[in-house]
Parts: sequence; C-alpha cells; structure tokens
Amino acid sequence: MDVTGEFEELFEDAPCGFLVTGPDGTLRRVNRTFVELTGHRAEDLVGRVRVQELLVVGDRIFYETHFAPLLALQSSAREIAVDFRRAAGGRLPVLLNAVVKGEEVWICVFAATDRRGYERELLRARQQAEQARREAHELARVLQTSFIPPAMPAIAGIDVAGVYRPAGRGEEVGGDFYDVYETAGGWAVVLGDVEGKGAQAAVVTSLARYSLRAASAHGSTPSAVLSALNQAVIDRGSERFLTAVHAQLTISPGGCRVTLALGGHPPPVHLTPSGSRRLGVPGTLLGILPAPHLVDVTVDVRPGEAVVFYTDGVTDAQRGREFFGERRMERALLAARDEDAAGIAERLVGEVSAFQSDVLADDVAVVVVKAGAR
Amino acid sequence: MTVTVRNHVNVSGRPDGRPVMFAHGFGCDQNMWRLVAPAFEDDHRVVLFDYVGMGRSDLSAYSPERYSTLDGYAQDVLDICHELDLTDVVLVGHSVSALIGVLAANAEPERFGKLVLVGPSPRYIDDDGYTGGFSAQDIEELLESLDSNYLGWSSEMAPVIMGNADRPALGEELTNSFCRTDPQIARRFAQVTFLSDNRADLARCGTPTLILQCADDVIAPEPVGRYVHAAIPGSRLVMMRATGHCPNLSAPEETIAAIRSFL
Repeated sequence: MDVTGEFEELFEDAPCGFLVTGPDGTLRRVNRTFVELTGHRAEDLVGRVRVQELLVVGDRIFYETHFAPLLALQSSAREIAVDFRRAAGGRLPVLLNAVVKGEEVWICVFAATDRRGYERELLRARQQAEQARREAHELARVLQTSFIPPAMPAIAGIDVAGVYRPAGRGEEVGGDFYDVYETAGGWAVVLGDVEGKGAQAAVVTSLARYSLRAASAHGSTPSAVLSALNQAVIDRGSERFLTAVHAQLTISPGGCRVTLALGGHPPPVHLTPSGSRRLGVPGTLLGILPAPHLVDVTVDVRPGEAVVFYTDGVTDAQRGREFFGERRMERALLAARDEDAAGIAERLVGEVSAFQSDVLADDVAVVVVKAGAR
Repeated sequence: MTVTVRNHVNVSGRPDGRPVMFAHGFGCDQNMWRLVAPAFEDDHRVVLFDYVGMGRSDLSAYSPERYSTLDGYAQDVLDICHELDLTDVVLVGHSVSALIGVLAANAEPERFGKLVLVGPSPRYIDDDGYTGGFSAQDIEELLESLDSNYLGWSSEMAPVIMGNADRPALGEELTNSFCRTDPQIARRFAQVTFLSDNRADLARCGTPTLILQCADDVIAPEPVGRYVHAAIPGSRLVMMRATGHCPNLSAPEETIAAIRSFL
C-alpha cells in the first residue's frame, strides 16, 4: 500500500483547508480543499502571499493584534473566527485552529458559514436584548422622577426636604412617591407607597398623585383627601392597594400646625428637644374598602422641631435576618435632629443604604419638615 | 486599591537602575514584552503593567468615561509613575501605546527621559492628504471581528481569566489563555484606538524619541512611521528588518538592540 500517497491525498482532500506558512505568514503550502473553498489558485498563493492578506481588512487587524501574538505566546490558537476573501469576490466565514511547528505555522481552516451566521444572529439578539434592557431602565428612571417633585418649593417659615432611592439598581419602577404643594389653607405634604413594582404599580402611583392634588384643592381635611384617593383607586378597578400619609401644614411665626391622617401608613416621627414620638392614629389601607377608617390628628411643631415622613423601605430594610427597624431609625434621627431638613433626610437614607451594603431591597422615600426658617 | 494592583504592575531588575516602562498595545497585555523586557533587567528598573480593562488588571476599575479617550490610558501610565515615584523614565510603547506614551510625556514632560515608539500611528483612518491605511468601514469590520471572537469569554470563564483562579482545572481548559478580556471593554478600546486622531500631539512632543518601523506592517505602514518621524521634532527613525506589527514577539533581539542603542 502506498502510505505516502494516501497521506498526500488526506492532506489535499481533507474536509478542512490546510495551510502551512512561514513565521511572517507567507504561504508555503495550501491544500486542494482550501483552493476549492476560496477559489484562489495555489500557484498565485504559495511563496507570494501572506495568509493575513487573504483576510478581509477588519480581520487582518484582528490577525495582527490578536492571532499573531497568541501564536507567538502560546504556540497555538484555536477557534479564531475570521472571513477569507474569495477569488470571485465575497467572503468565506471560517474558524481557524493553528499550531507553531518549528519555524512554520500549520493552520486548519474550517468552513463555518452556517455556524458563523447563527452566531451573528445570537449576537444580534443579545445586543437587542441589552438595548431593550437599557431602554426599560431609562423608562423606569424617567417615570420614577415624575413621582416626586423635581425640586422642593421654598416655603417661608419651614424647611422641607425629600430623598428618594430606588430599589436595586433602579431597573424597575418602584411604588414610593411624595409631593409637597400649596393648598387653600397652607401647604400639603403627602407620601405614599403603592404595593408592588412595575408598570401596574406606576399607573396607581400616578393616579394617586393627581387624585391627591385634586382632592386637596377643595380645602378638605387630610382624612377626606385620603378618602377621595381611596375611592379613586377603587373606581379605577386596580388590584393594587397603597398606603399614604397626608398632612396639612399651617405655618405661623410660632411654628407650624400639622394635621395629618394615615391610610395604612407608618406613623411619621416628631423630633422634639426631649426626644421623638409617633404622630397619627393608624388607619386603613387605601384602595380596598369602600369606607376606610381614617382619623385626623393635629399637632404643633415648634421652631427647631421636625416631622419625618417615611415609607416602610426604611424600617423593613433587611440585612440577613435582621431588620433596620424603628429603633435604628430613631437613633439615626435623634443623632441628626440639629441638622437642616435635607441633612436629616440624607442621614436616615444614608444609614438605611449602608445597612444593606448600598443595594436597597425596597424603595425608600423620606420627607422631612422642619419648623423655623432654614 | 493601589495603582500597582489595579494595573497589575510588575517591577523587576535593578532597584536603583533607570526605569524602563514597557506599555502594551491594543489586543494583548504585558505578555507582549516577555521576550524583550528581561534583557533590560541587568542594568535597569523594568516596569511592566496592564492597562485597566486588559490582562490581569482590575476590571472593576474600568470606567467607560475615563477610558473613552487615549488620555484616560495615558493617565494610567502617569498614575504608575506617581505611585512608584519614577523619574527620567524610558517609556517603550507598542502600537497604540506609542501614542499613549506621547500623551503621557506631553502631560508631564519632567517625568520622561526618552520615548521609544514601536509601530506608532497617530491616526489609522485616511484623511484629506493623509494615509493612515484604513477606512472607517474597515474599523467597523474590525469591531465585527471582535464581536465574532468573544467566544472564549463566557461568564463561567471570566473569573478564571480575571485572575481569581482558585479552580486551576478550569484554567487549563482555556482555549486561548493570553490576550483575552471582557469583549465589551476590548470593543471600546478598539474604538478609542482606531478612531482617535492624535496627529496634533506629535509636534508638542519635546522628549527625545526613537521610532521603530517594521517592514510590511499593515497596522502602521511605513509612510505613517515616516509621518510620525517628520512630526516629532528631533526624533530618530529606525527601519527594522522585522516584518509585521509585533517585532517585540517576532524579532526580540533586533528590538532589544535598537532600544539599547538609543539609551
């Protein structure tokens, strides 16, 4: 049997292209399969052309910056995806495996048109998915900014500040919101938390903000305003419920009179020189029962004292099995009570954030009203 | 984190020797200098490093803003000089690092004694009356090529590649264990590299400069090397016998001799 002849035939007609090049890439031998795949003639290639010159230009740069260094550093390279230029025009997508043998480089050329085409589709799908994710993220961010005022109004006689932090990396629209606006008898502060996240929650949050403003316009009590919101959410037929606190502020030189009602919302904290206390009477969640239990409570806030409104993202913040809780909140607030409204709000949110290693499990919203000019 | 850790800086050679800093180009990491750098250890302090985003640098230190221009990369060079308190530095920059070196030397000329530019190109894309060798279309094609060759970088392999390889068995399975990084970062580095235009920075270079120009270099062809030589005042140009874009790998002896004769 003619072994040499048989191996010669295997080299020439193997189901992949074979190339032998010198150290600079000059072709020394090419097999018949490669010639058939690319349409180039062997005599035009051998001794005349370097393998990188047969590649499309982008791949030529890749060859020089990646493939050649790889070969020099590890004496082999595998699964390198490039396109050869065909003699008749057009491209031949291939995968290259190569080894360095002495001063030669041996290269296998696997035609991979279908596989490379499929990979390109996968890549496109991934790029589209990433684009969609970025757009969703941006949508969430923009929508979220509509749930809080772009800036707090300057109000004579009180200092007011708000801080909002989204959960996680802010990929989803959260349900927390707050608002501060002028009413017939003074100013209103509202802060709330719609159950859940995402588009459905955003609909209710949006509804809540304009319903509250509309209801306050009639000079109603906080409990009446929250009742109107309750009815609006029920009428909307949403399956979401929410909690909210609504406070009516009347400002005078001697401080600020606050009347507030709680719709299933955690009671705000009143910071006084002697300590802290909770304000309000617990009320019903909003958006469920047609006749919620809501109670107005009035308290005087003297200059230097503050009222802190917050959502349960503060107290329910979790680290392992441990909650941030009311006692940590109280300590943080008492430590910050001499600061201005923004200082108090930032301090509390900062501690909640640090408690969860800066990745919040739930949104956090805090509004601080401090009596006396800033 | 120190800059030394961030940029995976390796210092060898004589601690009291003149510092020679080798800067790798686009596509690989400090391994590009493994055949050249040891030759300087007897009489120099040899500094090797990876740019943030490449090799075994700390990928978490990568910021798309900072590295959106070559100045961000030049800042890596300067940060290392500051941390190691290097002066009279000989900066040997390959490929895009040649221009990064020029930017670093222009920013803090008092730090640098000499520049060696291996295969420099201040502008890869052809322009009015200027031949860089490529069209914008070619660079687009390169980005596609990079996209097609991300396969070695999967989420499973990333930790191994990034150097926290407590599973050595995985390391052995790596197909191409050098010159790999996060494909997103590689793509951005390619864009910064090939779309930059630093021609105007050459004339401002007051550091004594040696240019090493290879034969048949498709990335930085000879006319580009001559352009750089003409633009940097008082620079010296050496035409090498080595072919291709990476004489530091393909012709280390010739590269070493050329650098030595300049020092």
